[in-house]
Amino acid sequence: MSKLDLLGLKGVPREEITKILDGAAEMKKILMSGKKKISLLEGKSVFLMFYEPSTRTSSSFDEAAKILGANTINLAVSSSSVKKGETLIDTAMTLDHMQADVIVIRHSVSGAPKLIAQNTKASVINAGDGLHEHPTQSLLDMFTMREKWGTFEGKKIAIIGDIKHSRVARSNIWGLTAMGANVTICAPATLMPIGVEDLPVTVAKTKEEAAKNADAIMGLRLQLERQDKGMFPSIAEYFKYYGIEKSIIDLAHKDVIVMHPGPVNRGAEIDTDSTDGLNSVITQQVTNGVAVRMSVLAYLTGKLDEFLTPNANKRKVVPL
Amino acid sequence: MKILLKNGNIVFGDKVEKGDLVLENGRIAFAGGTYSGESDKSYDVSGKMVLPGLIDMHTHLRDPGLEYKEDIISGSRSAVAGGFTSIACMPNTRPSLDNPALVAYVKYKSKECGLCKVLPIGAVTKGQKGETLAELRLMSDQGAVAFSDDGSPVATAHMLRLALEYTKDFDGLIISHCEDVSLTDGGYVNEGKNASLAGLKGITRASEDVGTARDLIVAKTMDARIHIAHVSTSGAVDLIRFFKKQGVKVTAETCPQYLFATDKEILDFNTFAKINPPLREESDNQALIEGIKDGTIDVLATDHAPHHIDDKRVDFSQAAFGSIGLESAVGLNTRLIEKGVVDWTGLAKLMSTNPARILKLKETGEIKTGYVADITVIDPDIEYVFDAKKTFSKARNSLFDGWKLKGKAIMTIVDGQVVYNNSKITPFGRE
Ligand SMILES: [Zn+2]
Repeated sequence: MSKLDLLGLKGVPREEITKILDGAAEMKKILMSGKKKISLLEGKSVFLMFYEPSTRTSSSFDEAAKILGANTINLAVSSSSVKKGETLIDTAMTLDHMQADVIVIRHSVSGAPKLIAQNTKASVINAGDGLHEHPTQSLLDMFTMREKWGTFEGKKIAIIGDIKHSRVARSNIWGLTAMGANVTICAPATLMPIGVEDLPVTVAKTKEEAAKNADAIMGLRLQLERQDKGMFPSIAEYFKYYGIEKSIIDLAHKDVIVMHPGPVNRGAEIDTDSTDGLNSVITQQVTNGVAVRMSVLAYLTGKLDEFLTPNANKRKVVPL
Repeated sequence: MKILLKNGNIVFGDKVEKGDLVLENGRIAFAGGTYSGESDKSYDVSGKMVLPGLIDMHTHLRDPGLEYKEDIISGSRSAVAGGFTSIACMPNTRPSLDNPALVAYVKYKSKECGLCKVLPIGAVTKGQKGETLAELRLMSDQGAVAFSDDGSPVATAHMLRLALEYTKDFDGLIISHCEDVSLTDGGYVNEGKNASLAGLKGITRASEDVGTARDLIVAKTMDARIHIAHVSTSGAVDLIRFFKKQGVKVTAETCPQYLFATDKEILDFNTFAKINPPLREESDNQALIEGIKDGTIDVLATDHAPHHIDDKRVDFSQAAFGSIGLESAVGLNTRLIEKGVVDWTGLAKLMSTNPARILKLKETGEIKTGYVADITVIDPDIEYVFDAKKTFSKARNSLFDGWKLKGKAIMTIVDGQVVYNNSKITPFGRE
């Protein structure tokens, strides 16, 4: 039997995404119930390897795994502590010997989770790799949208900001279009990926054009040091042309949802009014992140069906 | 020792003729027609192509210093198995091949090894650091056939200018790795759609194009000879064509990876596809083929770049650049014949005659009576799946592993001695 990994959303079919989102809806009930512990993944071990710091994503995975009853192990790794000599493959093999069931990895290099996945028996979840993908972030974005809309068909999602360096944007482009949504992206040319014309998206020249009639407006985190590298001249200029603020929210549908993967640089990608405003679902995204990760963990370990139809496996079929 | 190759399709300068070839005392004694005299050893090569010995102008042997990747012996074995009778080795070793003693070392060790001829390329600058000129003329006297800081460009246009000016006195050749490092900006694959999809850091074509323009402008101003290594972009082809038309003494090479592979290979994060310059796109393949057709590209080299598996089985950013290429070159380059780009005489020019002329190797690179008896016999009809595990190189990092190839060197003769025959290597021709 081949194991399941979640390395990206490119090429993942609609049915599979739907299944994970359906699972997340049920998981959210447990999360909100006040009795946050079930034994679905009892006896399983989930290793968290974050080569790039991200308290938010790693604690979200940690909580998701713990609620499901798994053991979680945080490996203290960071890019600087990777000593020359021990490769990712060595690490993967070590975790195999520790009987890891799931490895959650974030790494600054695209393809690193794939390298791990090719060299381990455990299921591997990509928690963000380089400029490549961040599938669970996208799944939680989609889950949040589906809670509001019920469907993606015909919806317009505007993604505004540093598309080029955003793995969140990449995963969302694949995920949302697979679900039937229309994606419009907008970025300064230095922060727009090369070959964008081959992506299944509409490219807007201005944020106003992107936001017009949008059902969702998604900001992206801007790494401020990109300014030092000359990719944009100043925060003020960036905010004026690519920042999310009331003036563009007004151009969208009146019940537009405003999203951001966090943490937010207020006044750079999005202003405070929009971050905390009525349309914002940024805090719900965080809650949904845990539910979605619970669903993904259950799905990859083959436990999601058992969870969704608890009696299915208990029924014994006695052959005549 | 008199060797007779019977009834082969002999590739002369501009024609292919069925006939016999006799090699005696390291020279070609008889070529074409029917030979009826005596011989010590005779081989029936009917149906096979008999070419002047192939010469690879661009090989990395990693010796001295990085012998765990490849050394002069393993590299020479791989070369003769690929049909090469001479290989020019790049100086980015540890230490750099930047002085006459190291040039002598390479010559000595390769002679001891008794397979192909290894032609050292000296560094342009000491330690390939781009700061001061290496002992270019002493290295030349010791047998260095050219100079290059390959792996990187000569650091500054000024240093390149000095090297080009200085080597003119003894007609030295500078081989240029063209790259503007500021534009490369830490990238490691071709910048384009596929790099975006994989999220890998791209290198704009402008990096190679600007580097090529810089080097050609300097060479033109100095009126000096320059050879452009591993051309990969359509822009560089255009620049070389333009400067050639103006009479600049530029020659250029490309490699099979830039003719027959594209950056689609990186989509799966296959680190064997991480090479420098990077794999480009279909339109670049096509521009290079046009360049071959109109003579803009003079030479097919391999840029054989062996690495230990540990240098490749790491994440993409850390993986070493390069792919091995000596043993797949013939099987790939014959595709040019299949596509009608060149015929066998054209292929012999690209892989033997032109490299010999550019490196000023005397009486080599053509099948002519009296010339050096370096000969490659190719079976054009063998079809096979290329298996990097079965190569003679120490390295396994072949971009072409698993590719279907057609055409293979079956016999390699150096100085009239059979060093490779029927998949077996025999140093000093001791069969
Ligand atoms: Zn080079």
